[in-house]
Amino acid sequence: MSLLLKNISLALAHFTLEVDVKVRSRVTAIFGPSGSGKTSLLDLIAGLRSARSAFIQLGDRVLTDTEKNVSVATHQRGIGYVPQDLALFPHLSVRGNLLYGRKAGGADNPLFNFEHVTELSGGEKQRVALARALLASPQLLLLDEPLASLDTPLKAKIIPYLARIRDEFKIPMLCVTHDRFEALTLADEIVVLVDGKVMQTGPVSEVFTRPANAEVARLVAVETLQPGTVTSVHEGLAAVNVNRATLTALAPPIESREVFVCIRGEDVILQRDAATASSVRNRLPARVVALRPEGALVRVELDAGFPLFALVTRPACAELALREGEAITALIKAPAIHLVPR
Amino acid sequence: MTAEEWQIVWFTAWVSALSTLAILPFGLALAWALARRDWPGKSIVETLVALPLVMPPVATGLILLEILGRRGAIGGFLHDKLNLDIIFTWRAVLIALGVMSFPLLVHFARVAFEEVNPRLEQIARTLGAGGWRVFFTITIPLAARGIVAGMILAFARALGEFGATIMVAGNIPGKTSTLSLSIFQNVQLGEDAHAFRLLGVSVVMAFAAVWCSQFLMRRKGKSR
Repeated sequence: MSLLLKNISLALAHFTLEVDVKVRSRVTAIFGPSGSGKTSLLDLIAGLRSARSAFIQLGDRVLTDTEKNVSVATHQRGIGYVPQDLALFPHLSVRGNLLYGRKAGGADNPLFNFEHVTELSGGEKQRVALARALLASPQLLLLDEPLASLDTPLKAKIIPYLARIRDEFKIPMLCVTHDRFEALTLADEIVVLVDGKVMQTGPVSEVFTRPANAEVARLVAVETLQPGTVTSVHEGLAAVNVNRATLTALAPPIESREVFVCIRGEDVILQRDAATASSVRNRLPARVVALRPEGALVRVELDAGFPLFALVTRPACAELALREGEAITALIKAPAIHLVPR
Repeated sequence: MTAEEWQIVWFTAWVSALSTLAILPFGLALAWALARRDWPGKSIVETLVALPLVMPPVATGLILLEILGRRGAIGGFLHDKLNLDIIFTWRAVLIALGVMSFPLLVHFARVAFEEVNPRLEQIARTLGAGGWRVFFTITIPLAARGIVAGMILAFARALGEFGATIMVAGNIPGKTSTLSLSIFQNVQLGEDAHAFRLLGVSVVMAFAAVWCSQFLMRRKGKSR
């Protein structure tokens, strides 16, 4: 089911939210810095606020059309919404919360036995809020920063839960996040929103490796993004196979063998002499494929067994006398390699 | 206590309770509209509702007398069409008490509604609940303590009402005589023993009402 957001114009405090996108994928991340209008967009889709102009269509149902004065009431939209603060009803039991909007399903669950929502831990609250939204059988699920309030071990528990919802319920999800790794873990497609304007849309890995403009590049800031496989984990360090190379990285908090390997360009050091001893764990023999000047920096495309991008200053580039086709050693510290489950 | 004194206490208690219940739907509706909506003339309505709190009760009573009397707009209509008299009956007591305690109920209910996180109501709507269901299952339960505290104070205000009541209902023994009216009358007549017994009852009732309302407000503070 696709979600069409057309001619959206909503005046906010510091800018106007303007959106014109068609969302087709199972999970779409609305990605952008804080205060870029992401939550307002979810509110608009849920019918919780109205815009000067908007056309919102879910599947073949028109939910909002300001031109024809159409606006389906929130409670008739069939859109589940898990806000950032979860909005669990404090005066109801866990069961009361879960059954509030129930249309279908809801087999017994150990969580039902908790008396009050205040007795739940952060992760449990998250799951109750998700389950409550799902029990209302929505046709679209809106998640506002589903992981932002959780610490890393809890995130590791909730991510598989969200992935299961994605895979089992077959409900399209719109997931607001300002964390690029969350976007990468959960979403197929991404809509980059900055100051109310859509900067870029497309598959996550594509947007992350080929940002459309400098603003998106600054936001995502991942020059290298490659699928990899964790082959072993020892004392917190993971060995990862990426194409023909093997990298050492900090083990991800989530147990997953299939990962995305993310390396920022400024974390890649280029060196002529491969023999020098240093603390750097990853020393990759590479070949320079292309050099692209970007302001004060040069973006160096390397073949290190996989495509690797380095950002170096112009003087450094001149000093090393980098030329296309030449051999060089690329150094990457283990903590600079981010592993994100895929 | 004499049978007559019991009658006065009983009449005062039930007419106060009835007036509180009678103003409840209007009070809640207005409090909600003040807490949750913006509309033209809102500040004027706010001021009008608060007036009985600050105006001399006797002046409020005089206004009511003008409106509810046989020559007044409402009183005249009720007398001509339904043969129903308001002034100097228990109905006048009921209306005087309701008008005088209305601002207290609206104020407390409004604060209680304002403290309900609107996000909870919005999310309830996304779960398929329409406006009325959200109001009765989310808004009212979450504001309940403040509303009940407001009702108790409105009830207490009604118990002690004097000025407006004496203007519109007089002080007819066995008919419109309330606690405060009787205390005043007994002191005037030098019947101090009567007055003191009624005074004792008033103190107990007022203490209980205020204590209950403070107990509720304290618990509300703790639960947050």
